[in-house]
Amino acid sequence: MSGKLPSPSRPAQVVFYNDPKVRSVVYQLVLCAVVAFLVYGAVRNAADNLARAHIASGFGFWNDTAGFDISQTLIDYSARASTYGRAFWVGLLNTLLVSALGILFATILGFVIGISRLSRNWLLSKVAGGYVETIRNLPLLLQLLFWYNAVLKALPDIRESIVIPGGAFLNNRGLFLPLPIFKSGFGAVEIVLLAGIAGTIAFHIWARKRQARTGQQAPVLWAALVLVVGLPLSAFGLAGIPLGFEFPQAGRFNITGGIEVLPEFVALLFGLSIYTAAFIAEVVRAGILAVSGGQTEAAYSLGLRPGPTLRLIVIPQAMRVIIPPLTSQYLNLTKNSSLAVAIGYPDLVQVFTGTVLNQTGQAVEVVAITMLVYLVISLATSLLMNIYNSRMALRER
Amino acid sequence: MKRFATVLALSLVVAAQGTSAQTLKAVKDRGMLNCGANGTLAGFGLPDAQGKWTGLDVDFCKAVAAAVLNDPEKVKYVPLSAKDRFTALQSGEVDVLARNTTWTSSRDTSLGLNFIGVNYYDGQGFMVRKTLKVNSALELNGAAVCVQQGTTTELNLADYFGANKMQLKSVTFATANEAVKAYDAGRCDAYTTDASALYAERLRLANQNDHIILPEIISKEPLGPVVRHGDDQWFDIVKWTLFAMLDAEELNISSKNLDEALKSPNPEIKRFVGTEGNYGEQLGLGKDWAVRIIKAVGNYGESFERNVGQGSPLKIERGLNKLWTKGGIQYAPPIR
Repeated sequence: MSGKLPSPSRPAQVVFYNDPKVRSVVYQLVLCAVVAFLVYGAVRNAADNLARAHIASGFGFWNDTAGFDISQTLIDYSARASTYGRAFWVGLLNTLLVSALGILFATILGFVIGISRLSRNWLLSKVAGGYVETIRNLPLLLQLLFWYNAVLKALPDIRESIVIPGGAFLNNRGLFLPLPIFKSGFGAVEIVLLAGIAGTIAFHIWARKRQARTGQQAPVLWAALVLVVGLPLSAFGLAGIPLGFEFPQAGRFNITGGIEVLPEFVALLFGLSIYTAAFIAEVVRAGILAVSGGQTEAAYSLGLRPGPTLRLIVIPQAMRVIIPPLTSQYLNLTKNSSLAVAIGYPDLVQVFTGTVLNQTGQAVEVVAITMLVYLVISLATSLLMNIYNSRMALRER
Repeated sequence: MKRFATVLALSLVVAAQGTSAQTLKAVKDRGMLNCGANGTLAGFGLPDAQGKWTGLDVDFCKAVAAAVLNDPEKVKYVPLSAKDRFTALQSGEVDVLARNTTWTSSRDTSLGLNFIGVNYYDGQGFMVRKTLKVNSALELNGAAVCVQQGTTTELNLADYFGANKMQLKSVTFATANEAVKAYDAGRCDAYTTDASALYAERLRLANQNDHIILPEIISKEPLGPVVRHGDDQWFDIVKWTLFAMLDAEELNISSKNLDEALKSPNPEIKRFVGTEGNYGEQLGLGKDWAVRIIKAVGNYGESFERNVGQGSPLKIERGLNKLWTKGGIQYAPPIR
């Protein structure tokens, strides 16, 4: 047989326009072109219409003087000297602050509630169940308004402030704390503290290696206490207590000086943490239930107590189930922080798409920037959680 | 496919804005005037329990509807917050914005809007609790002040405290309702807004008599109705609706003596009621356009007294809002 003949098993030649691969590529390209054209058309149209209506456009407003006051500013800001751009950063930082603290508290509370719900203690598990079912079935906006009014109504007027020993005040204008002022010599304390933390980590690694080798446990907790608390405290004493406080002072109208925690901030943080914790609790419960009971029984048969069983056997395996839905809860919390607008907390939406949009009238630009910012925050959170997830994921060998 | 449809819908929405140059035709075709109103401010724009709207700005909407559609009830009131109002007008959601809005240069220019005149000369003031024993706004150094977002008030407040070297702690809320509630709960020492609104909001506080309004007026707040840039015919109609209300008062024409006015030999009154000349047609309306306005809401003075003056719970003095012939600054060009 000559090799020149086509083998009978080879498929018949197809005309290129009937090739499913070529077709799908062409369809995709056509769809992309149409979508791109529509987007281009919408943008052009919007720009034309703005120009025809003589509505200002562009981003020139960014450097104009803002002229309005903001109640909570983490960076320097003044109404008469700062720009709209600066107001944007103030709002963004306020959003990040409440989101980061909200995520922290919601996670802690969520894990506690989620684990409690699986507890063999009847009362504890019923209380946790009641918490979850109540909180996650009420609208968040309603809860925020409730917390804000609860904070405002329950606390006394500023002239009848609750005085907390140590120079702090609590009233319906917020919580006022002494502001620590670091004097010269405090640097040494910081160095000792950092060294203590490094030492603790090193001791922890050594202790684990030794335990793996010999089975003996080392008193890691005590060592950490001595290194992180004891040593810096003695350094602090030796340096001559280089720390002062700026105490809040009652003025004619308000308390000035010190650290001021706004009631709007507290209400928003409470609302977001408590609401999201209910969802996280369910995620945690689902994760733990996903670990087969045989794992726990095996751990008990090895002589592990319930605490270490949960900590060393169940939770690490449950994390693989927990992390992906946990990420969505973190994203939800961040996005929900924009409900701040209802209770007067100056977050990004309140400051930027509220006052700045109104004063400049440039809705398209302002809303586009805000959407972009939330997108970036959400994608960054997802990225971090995905990295963590890939570290925790089951390593297949 | 869903995304496809969204983009399509979006571009249609954006495209629709371009046709706003024909507002008069659009309103007539629709048979209904879309009027941006306050919705929470007694005396200016507030619906009652039956959904019946009243107020100085609401009367203005009715006057425009009477002139254009010959029926003052053919108005759809769109309640808008201070921060959303301009976007609603720019995007064509409302035909006219009558929502105690201060006329400023930037709003007149870069926002793409036109103010048609001033239907209430106002100024910004402060309300405080009597127990604070404050007699002047200049004593407010360090005070916490509740304010509504997206207003000239918010800017004047920062200006005033800055110019007088006083410390300010402002607490900003999206709506006047929330700001007043927070003030009432003791979150702030003072509440600031236009003086007329201070009188209106005080009526809603738990104990009205515990609060005083400070004597200082810290800004000029000429409040007026607004239309979009780019439709001169509509701009003229809305503008002359206000002028007609003012001219009627000056000519002593009111909703009560309209029949006599129609028979009057006075040439000024004849031009006003349309028995002489064709001034209504020039606007694109009928001869009796001004008569319809007065029949619907009365002249400016009647509307003022009924909504914010002696005939209302607010009992605000007319002051600057008196006609120029009576010592105020309300003045309208003549119809001729």
